[in-house]
Amino acid sequence: MDYSQFLYMHDEISLIAVIVILFLADLFLCGDRKSGTVSKALSLLPVGLLALQTAYIASALLCPCGDGMSEAFGGMYQNTPVMTLVKVVLNVGTIIVFLMADSWMKRPENQIKVGEFYMLTLSTLLGMYYMISSGHFLMFFIGLELASIPMTALIAYTKNNQESAEAAAKYILTALFSSGLLLYGISLVYGTCGTMYFDELAAKFSPADTLQLAALVLFISGIGFKISLVPFHLWTADTYQGAPTTVTGYLSVISKGAAAFVLFTILVKVFQPMVEQWNTIMLWIIIFSITVANLFAVRQNNIKRFMAFSAISQAGYLVLGVMGGTAQGMTSLVYYLFVYMVANLGVFLIINVTEQNSGKINISDYNGFYQSNPKLSFIMTLCLFSLAGIPPFAGFFSKFFIFMAAFNAGFPVLVFIALVNTVISLYYYLLIVKAMYIVKNDAPIAPFRSDCYTKTAIAVCALGVVLGGIVSCIYGYIDTLSYGL
Amino acid sequence: MNFLSLFVLIPLLMLFSLWLAKGQKGIRTVMVVGSSALLALAVALTVKFISDRAGGAAEEMLYTASFVWFEPLHISYSVGVDGISVVMLLLSGVIVFTGTFVSWDMCKEYFLWFTLLSMGVFGFFISIDLFMMFMFYEIALIPMYLLIGVWGSGHKEYSAMKLTLMLMGASAFLMLGIFGIFYGAGGQTMNVVDIANHTGGAQIIEFSKQCIWFPFTFVGFGVLGAMFPFHTWSPDGHASAPTAVSMLHAGVLMKLGGYGCFRVAIYLLPEAANELSWIFLILTATGVVYGALSACVQTDLKYLNAYSSVSHCGMVLFAILMLTTTASTGAILQMLSHGLMTALFFAVIGMIYHRAHTRDIRQLNGLMRIVPFLSVAFAIAGLANLGLPGLSGFVAEMTIFVGSFENADTFHRVFTIMATTSIVVAAVYILRMIGKILYGVNLNPEHAKLHDAHWEERFAVICLIVCIAGIGLAPGWLSDVISDSVAPVIDNVKSVGHLLSQSNPFK
Repeated sequence: MDYSQFLYMHDEISLIAVIVILFLADLFLCGDRKSGTVSKALSLLPVGLLALQTAYIASALLCPCGDGMSEAFGGMYQNTPVMTLVKVVLNVGTIIVFLMADSWMKRPENQIKVGEFYMLTLSTLLGMYYMISSGHFLMFFIGLELASIPMTALIAYTKNNQESAEAAAKYILTALFSSGLLLYGISLVYGTCGTMYFDELAAKFSPADTLQLAALVLFISGIGFKISLVPFHLWTADTYQGAPTTVTGYLSVISKGAAAFVLFTILVKVFQPMVEQWNTIMLWIIIFSITVANLFAVRQNNIKRFMAFSAISQAGYLVLGVMGGTAQGMTSLVYYLFVYMVANLGVFLIINVTEQNSGKINISDYNGFYQSNPKLSFIMTLCLFSLAGIPPFAGFFSKFFIFMAAFNAGFPVLVFIALVNTVISLYYYLLIVKAMYIVKNDAPIAPFRSDCYTKTAIAVCALGVVLGGIVSCIYGYIDTLSYGL
Repeated sequence: MNFLSLFVLIPLLMLFSLWLAKGQKGIRTVMVVGSSALLALAVALTVKFISDRAGGAAEEMLYTASFVWFEPLHISYSVGVDGISVVMLLLSGVIVFTGTFVSWDMCKEYFLWFTLLSMGVFGFFISIDLFMMFMFYEIALIPMYLLIGVWGSGHKEYSAMKLTLMLMGASAFLMLGIFGIFYGAGGQTMNVVDIANHTGGAQIIEFSKQCIWFPFTFVGFGVLGAMFPFHTWSPDGHASAPTAVSMLHAGVLMKLGGYGCFRVAIYLLPEAANELSWIFLILTATGVVYGALSACVQTDLKYLNAYSSVSHCGMVLFAILMLTTTASTGAILQMLSHGLMTALFFAVIGMIYHRAHTRDIRQLNGLMRIVPFLSVAFAIAGLANLGLPGLSGFVAEMTIFVGSFENADTFHRVFTIMATTSIVVAAVYILRMIGKILYGVNLNPEHAKLHDAHWEERFAVICLIVCIAGIGLAPGWLSDVISDSVAPVIDNVKSVGHLLSQSNPFK
């Protein structure tokens, strides 16, 4: 065996190294938390290490060797530049989540389990890495499980909170169920084709084979749970509401984005002969996801529940890029993912910092928020506008491009339905804007100062929202990488 | 850098300066300097444009510049103006300038959104790239929500939401229409001029595709132009908006609709325009009459003017659909004239409301004795609205009806006559309102204590009156500028229409 092929997995190995260092640091350094400087340095350690690792894997993008594609273990592990790019995007999101988590980690009840939070989060990230880079269905499945199971522990992080425990139970049950479906689909694939390597499968599929069609349906259902597409979305609202806000933010962006990307790559790479079939399935899934989630979002009062439905509908827009499986779709999907990440994390940052300081999480609590906290509500407005697709914010560009891709792939009716839905989504995003600016409130949330980590993260998100669209080289750069699936 | 980009850069600079400005004085300075600069730029552009045209610059668009923006998607930052955009920029300059003076006492946030709105409007008129047009169109819409929702009056939350959602719904149609045009023309360029002239890689859009995308595009822009039956956002929106926002909205924003219909729907989809214009002609003619009749029964001054706007803006779309050079020139003149006079009307109504705290026609009486300046301005606005010769309304409507009657067939002539009746109805509601609130005896002792206009209000009102009378007295140069630019578009429509009727034995 040629051990040098492990080196192709340098993205994953560097992440494992980060996890190991954090584990050791947690073991040896966190015993005494007396010294202020030490604890401050320690709280910076995960962010710093992850930032270093991000820089490391991004450096491979900047100076590509050859066409940048690599594979190891006979094709079980594959990597292309666009996959590395997605990993970088996920890393940036995770860094923002870590910055968001800091004030929450400093609470006395969480002091004893700080290390666990970081390690669990990075483990799910590692799972997503493997999921993205998989070239074999078993590899994919292992990655998926690694991304799901630590997530359950994260959701149940505040274990004495009943809602948190309930959310975790709901999540683990649906995750296991969907894994079961997926495994069954994979077994059908193996049964009919005799192989599970992605490269070999495409040649062996045919739309006429009922068992293979069943495998396709089971695969889409299984991964639909992870992306929380309708009708596999039922766990989402309760889990988002019950999970700690930081974890909800992570769940709504990072794990969803990774799964959507993998859905795209596997549909295009493996299920290519059945493109008409999966186009039809995805068409209806997208229509239902966007419409149902929008209608439910209108009625929510808890802002985390609201964001859950908003996230379902955004997921529907995100997988619009899947339609037709074109390179343009791939570019716009990755771009949408990036833009959605900064905007959604921006909203969650503000929800989180408000919850940490006042304990309030209802939309009606935000009435008059502008009077007491003008800066935060202004940035919240920017992020919401971006989510709703209002120019000149990045969300407008990403929505326009993803609609353009779907239109070009030949689905004008679907684009029209999605466009009508953007109007509904604008309505409910404006409800929050209205609460903050227009509705009068005698006792708005008291003014508070956010900690410097949150401020940094908010600044990053606001910058992304404002410049992510206008600066066209971001889209152009993703486009140059979108090849070689 | 092309000097047209200044129309976007100045508002951008204004946004930054407003953000930094301290105190009411600082805000006012920024606004006055910025809006004067914009107005001066618009005037300079007009002068330069006319002299360059006279000097023989015959291209369709002057001062064009294009920078690639999103290369994979063929989106570029392209600007350029023709006669139509020049007068629209001039109109926007005047309205933003006077609007600043009308909203003298407002706070910083208000002006931030106000400036953002202006940026969208100016950007829209200078762009010749479909993506840019759409982007600026949406930039102009969204500040409306907060401007009405926060600083409006009456049931403002409802109106703001209704307006935003209806216009965004329209932009959904529009976006699909833009995709249809872009990919129909081969997906190589978003440049309007290139698509229209089949240059720069653009192909001729198939006739069947044109017929699908024309309604989407026309409705998309038409909703903003208050096209019947999608006009319902406009009365509520106008009535609830603060004064300067009503001015800007009725004066400029609704013109985006008419301009877009002409520049995108008619210009880029000429065959479909020939084929399908009759459907929209029926709708717009209905809107013209319906708006005028609705105005007759209103008791709220702002609602009255809003319905009158529906009627007048319907006239713009109606004239565009007549597809003759004269009628389309009239349409652009009508946009300009309606923009100015409705802005004046809303400004004066706002000033009266600010003093009397009511806009109910039944409660206002004999204002001529109490606030003579405002009353005279009000009367002038009313007279311009009903098309009195010597003021701008007359010139525009006259051109429209003459141009419409050039179509020799019965269908067009019947609808022209139908639309003409709105002039009579306009005389009814305007004169009745003027007689009721300006003359007679004031019965309310509170109203007897009203004070007349402040200097900044007078200044804004006089600026607008000068413009209205100027167009009314010397319309020749304007209609020359406009018809020079309208002619190529209409000629194009006519030529393909000719081919169409040859191939189609039933026409």
